[in-house]
Amino acid sequence: MFQNFIDFMLNDFFVTGDPLILGAQVSIALASVAVVFVLTYFKKWRWLWTEWLTTVDHKKIGIMYIIASILMLFRGGVDALLIRTQLALPNLEFLHADHYNAIFTTHGVIMILFMAMPLMFGLFNIVVPLQIGARDVAYPFLNSLSFWLFFFGAMLFNVSFVIGGSPDAGWLAYPPLSELSGSPGVGQDFYIWGIQISGIGSLASGINFVVTILKMRAPGMKLMQMPMFTWSVLSSSVTIMFAFPILTVTLFLLFIDRYLGAHFFTLDGGGNPMMYINLIWMWGHPEVYIVILPAFGIFSEIVSTFSKKKLFGYKSMVFALMSISFFSFFTWAHHFFTMGSGANVNAFFAITTMLIAIPTGVKIFNWLFTMFRGRITFSQPMLWTIAFIPCFIVGGMTGVMLSVAPADFQFHNSYFLIAHFHQVLIGGVVFGYFAGLYYWWPKMFGFKLHDGIGKWVFWLWNIGFYVCFMPQYALGLMGMTRRFNEYNFDMGWQPLNVVSTIGGFIMGLAFLFQVWQIAHSIKFFKKEKSGDAWDGRTLEWSIPSPAPMYNFARVPVVTSQDEWWEEKQRIANGGKPKPLAPLEPIHMPKNSAIPFIMSVFFFIAGFGFVWGWTWMIVPGLLGVAICMIARSFSYDTDFYIPVDEIERTEAAALKGAN
Amino acid sequence: MNLKPKIRLLTFALIMLMAVLLTGCSEQMIVLDPKGPIGESQKDLIYLSVILCAIVLVPVLLLTAFIVWRYRDRKDSKASYKPNWEHSTKLEIIWWGIPIIIIAILGVITVKYTYELEPSKPLVSDKAPLVIEATSLDWKWLFTYPEEGISTVNYIQIPKDRPIQFKVTADQAMNSFWIPQLGGQIYAMSGMAMTLHLQADEPGLYYGSGANFTGELFAKMTFDVKATSDEEYDAWVKEIKSNYPALTEDGFKKLTEKGASNQQFFSSFPEGLFDRVVKQYIGKGGTGHHHGGGSTEAEASKDAAKANEHEQHEGMSDKEMSEMEGMDHGAVKTASGEHAGH
Repeated sequence: MFQNFIDFMLNDFFVTGDPLILGAQVSIALASVAVVFVLTYFKKWRWLWTEWLTTVDHKKIGIMYIIASILMLFRGGVDALLIRTQLALPNLEFLHADHYNAIFTTHGVIMILFMAMPLMFGLFNIVVPLQIGARDVAYPFLNSLSFWLFFFGAMLFNVSFVIGGSPDAGWLAYPPLSELSGSPGVGQDFYIWGIQISGIGSLASGINFVVTILKMRAPGMKLMQMPMFTWSVLSSSVTIMFAFPILTVTLFLLFIDRYLGAHFFTLDGGGNPMMYINLIWMWGHPEVYIVILPAFGIFSEIVSTFSKKKLFGYKSMVFALMSISFFSFFTWAHHFFTMGSGANVNAFFAITTMLIAIPTGVKIFNWLFTMFRGRITFSQPMLWTIAFIPCFIVGGMTGVMLSVAPADFQFHNSYFLIAHFHQVLIGGVVFGYFAGLYYWWPKMFGFKLHDGIGKWVFWLWNIGFYVCFMPQYALGLMGMTRRFNEYNFDMGWQPLNVVSTIGGFIMGLAFLFQVWQIAHSIKFFKKEKSGDAWDGRTLEWSIPSPAPMYNFARVPVVTSQDEWWEEKQRIANGGKPKPLAPLEPIHMPKNSAIPFIMSVFFFIAGFGFVWGWTWMIVPGLLGVAICMIARSFSYDTDFYIPVDEIERTEAAALKGAN
Repeated sequence: MNLKPKIRLLTFALIMLMAVLLTGCSEQMIVLDPKGPIGESQKDLIYLSVILCAIVLVPVLLLTAFIVWRYRDRKDSKASYKPNWEHSTKLEIIWWGIPIIIIAILGVITVKYTYELEPSKPLVSDKAPLVIEATSLDWKWLFTYPEEGISTVNYIQIPKDRPIQFKVTADQAMNSFWIPQLGGQIYAMSGMAMTLHLQADEPGLYYGSGANFTGELFAKMTFDVKATSDEEYDAWVKEIKSNYPALTEDGFKKLTEKGASNQQFFSSFPEGLFDRVVKQYIGKGGTGHHHGGGSTEAEASKDAAKANEHEQHEGMSDKEMSEMEGMDHGAVKTASGEHAGH
């Protein structure tokens, strides 16, 4: 009995026999011990619990999202470098085929779902309530639950690396490969449950931000006066609301196939794998627009701020955002022109795909003409924005080339495709979120990130990007297929692969510089005294940095787009500051431990489902249900901040400013 | 900051290095060096789309550089500054208009070629097409020549100047069948036979591969395609027929086991092997589509007979299934080809 248990632990439960993974297991164990030790030594457990784990403050939740996404960027980046190392030389034996397959699978899932998405939600959380003059999101409790569901979903996915084995059927897990017949191990179940649990969180966040933007705007702020970032969040969140249920249903059907022996996507029993491929891309294509739209919003804010000029073509921009999010639901089949749906279907989806290029192109022109007749300063956020424009134009153009359906038969699944989507996802999403991170960093933490190191980071990322991905376009035209773990000398792919690998490592170096930049800026902390670090235009710059927990001591009244800029202009032109209304007690939500605890139970249930352990599933789901009931009966969920406390906080912030 | 000159130098060096490497590799860009009519048309389309894109791309890149340089903030800037200039109907019409026109042109071309290059459409030729059946196994390609009665693994030989009708399927995981120098790929999916028409205009040895991930040894699923004259092709068939063993039922079963394989040749193969692989799941209630690589409009008349036959199979299999209910319960993982379409 005991021997059986030990055998199970060593053969099935823990991943054994690979020095890389053993190293990771040891370092994970050591890091956990170190964290526990530090928290205990400095008596920080209570602080961690009350200030962070149970918080419902959108700014803190945003910071936790960002920390998690940077950790995931590290994990996904290490995956990427392992892939590039394996491909640097022909027939290299650095990684085993099955290990390689697991690594590109986790690289894809982590970068999209556990890096880009949380970084995006982090920025949503920090910025949106401040931009619209609100004191929190519409549903603060749900917001906290969203974060913890994401976090424990991501942990469940990541733990497969050392326990049970990673999924290795590709980031979208096409059946029949992802069915029991193709992937009998638990890796695929970790994939399903990791994404399911965090997916619930994403859906809830989408709903939360739609409601927040529609219902919580400061008095006077009309929809057509909202900052462009808020518009982009609205378009992205609406897309989430319609797209994520498709993902949840699709993975649930796959789960039923695997767990209960159903036949939705199997080969036998009337199943149809093509159905899965259609469904997953009905989510998957909108998903890439979900992550890129907020980047468009960030660029709009930054271009306008650092050109000292109003955003050009506001109405066009809004129309473009909304039409992109609408059309994103009608292009999914361009991911499989080669599935033989016939000329009618291919022609339709080729045209809808090309249509998206139109509003996207218009946005580029509007950014350019915002800079036109402006006064451009090259601070870090603006550098990333300027680098984004040419990068994204080229990436967009190769996207148009891919949308030419009959030509796509030659590009599909080749490195040409790989180069394209990395160019739009790194050049667009990553550069965009970095720009946003540098832009709103002083608002989050009250200090700017070091400029000199930032320039190194910027150049290394950019050079690394082009060196890594430009050769991949050529490799695609040379016939190199994605997901090959090895290739022969005679194909002539080797020189460009070496170049590409060098580029990958330059980006790795850029990430290290970024870590150094943050550490350096913390060590030589220089308080950003004014709340208005960049001479900004929107409401978030009208309050101290970092923002007090209630955000606005007095709810602002909005009369124009770029409210804060107009107000500054008015005062500069000799206008009187607006008379201050008397302070009133502020109504705020109370912290709650339920989101954290409930997500732990979700994790337990998910882990149980992965292994098929009913004894674990039942208490897990029971715990979730009890948490829901407990929440339904808790009436003590809010409190008021008294006026004298607001006065003290405001006075302290003012003192810092002088 | 003495960072700038260093970075400029580094950037320049890297760009030069890449340029050298890219020109050095140009003859290896096999997609742009096609040897057949389909690949040729696709290459033309690629160049055409590059040119159309460049019409927008180049001016916009230049405009970006100009604007960023001209309107940078400096003390004695002579450039105009209009902080509240935020709208111009004329300009907006121009940049909604230009992309719309370009996309309209590209759209028309795309639609035309989508119908023209539909993979299931037979090529125009005075020669009858040679049928080759391709089956993606874990992790090797099995090719069967129904007319010649021979079979190969990871190797195809074809006569040049004669259309080839590939029928493509997969035993298990979905794959994609791609010979870049002859033309674009088509998915290989179990339970259906996709049709792909290609032709080689020149003799030569071409690279082929599986292009859709199929699991552990996916990278081993490359194959050679040799195009020769008719005479050489006939001689090759004769040689295979006389010098190599037959592919037996057991031999095929062995091929379906997971693992990579070298090139292999067989003088014969079991009758109807390909159809059996396609229809292996019908007994389990599968629908066994007979796809013509698509909507089959182009091939409607040709496929009519097959479709009839196919419907009969379906009807039969439904009956079969109802008879077998209960008997076949719980056979989730087993996927034997026993009741295949008989």
